[in-house]
Amino acid sequence: MGMVTVLLPASLVVLFPEAERRVEVEATDVASALDALHERWPGMRDRLIDARPAIRQHIKLYVNDEPAELGTALAAGDQLLVVPAISGG
Amino acid sequence: MSKRVLVMAATKKGVFTLESDETRREWKQRGPFCEAWPMMHAAYDASNRAIIASGGNAWYGPAVWRSTDLGETWTHSSEGLTYGEGKEPVVNVWSLRAAGDTIYAGVEPAGLFRSRDGGDTWEHLPALNNHPAAANWVPGGGGLCLHTIAVDPADNQRVFVAISTGGLYASEDGGESWEPRNGGLPIMFPEEGPTEGEPPQCVHHFELAAGNSSTIYQQHHFGMFASHDTGRSWENVGAALPSTFGFAAAAHPREQGTWYLAPLNGDSIGRYMPEGRAAIWKTTDGGKSWRDTRAGLPQDGAFFGVLRQGMAADTLDPAGVYFGTNGGNIFASRDEGETWEPIAEYLPSISSIETAVIED
Repeated sequence: MGMVTVLLPASLVVLFPEAERRVEVEATDVASALDALHERWPGMRDRLIDARPAIRQHIKLYVNDEPAELGTALAAGDQLLVVPAISGG
Repeated sequence: MSKRVLVMAATKKGVFTLESDETRREWKQRGPFCEAWPMMHAAYDASNRAIIASGGNAWYGPAVWRSTDLGETWTHSSEGLTYGEGKEPVVNVWSLRAAGDTIYAGVEPAGLFRSRDGGDTWEHLPALNNHPAAANWVPGGGGLCLHTIAVDPADNQRVFVAISTGGLYASEDGGESWEPRNGGLPIMFPEEGPTEGEPPQCVHHFELAAGNSSTIYQQHHFGMFASHDTGRSWENVGAALPSTFGFAAAAHPREQGTWYLAPLNGDSIGRYMPEGRAAIWKTTDGGKSWRDTRAGLPQDGAFFGVLRQGMAADTLDPAGVYFGTNGGNIFASRDEGETWEPIAEYLPSISSIETAVIED
């Protein structure tokens, strides 16, 4: 299991006191990275994926700038980017 | 001991509160809370002295929010708000009801959840979804949602819920089993409806009458109805009203026969105040007669609506009545609905209004 960097959007971080935009977690894939976030800030995983489980419709995840799914593998030094869609009114 | 009156408004862009003393003459507005999420409902949990609020964010999903310091700080949770892995996810929390040590949450897609730890965690009450009538539920204009919850103040095991489009259901055992309570209500699309079983009913909102656990008032898609047998049979009490259509209703806190409605002009021609002249209609005899109250309300160009959770009464004497519009105004009456004044303007579209009288 390697250490990866997760970059979180401000609109998510503001929901969790003490959370930071850039965080290091140990993970082998995207799902375990979200588990690690959830362990550190309870509830954060539920904001990013639903109960099916599936990545929420208006959230996109990228590993090293490539589109990622929950099963996408992570290796030490990888970067997981969490991006909310820009929409609304 | 002093009393404070709290009005809670859930809006498309967060929760707002208005606070006053017992005179209800000056109001202090605060918000938006809940990070300006689109919110469906905000109410007061007296047991935990907390404001509880619910909604669903298009990015981050559904959540129930809670503040134990009247809005200064908030937490949120959706732990347990799920039908299970592989099932359709919960996308919104439409309605909350605190009763003793229990909080109920009505969600979209329609179902009922329960929390016994103040809203930190939730459990699904599956009996409602497992009722055979659930096979006939269909989404209304706002989706397939459980939008109204009431608990009999004399028996907290007696729970009522309303689903659009599904109907009104009652449980006598705290949600472990359910019975449809829609006798005598009009069928929405009889030519398309099921040939057997419970037809789906488009109940817009209901209120339990004060001091009588058998009487329920309902604003239905096709009229205003009253039941005196806990919903087993209903009678149309809206013949004297200007419209059969509307959403919001509020019951007087002490007078069984007094309740308030906000009739709109119709389901397909705007859904606004008839003729653009705002009025709340009041009955004091259980719907036998109605009269419009307009003093202080705009009588020209008032093309707003009031959504299904958008009206409430407080428990002071005389009772205060409040409603919020989808144009972002809150109107208040401190004389039981006789005269009105705006207490908030230019808010986002208002989904719900609730009140609490807090003793310090």
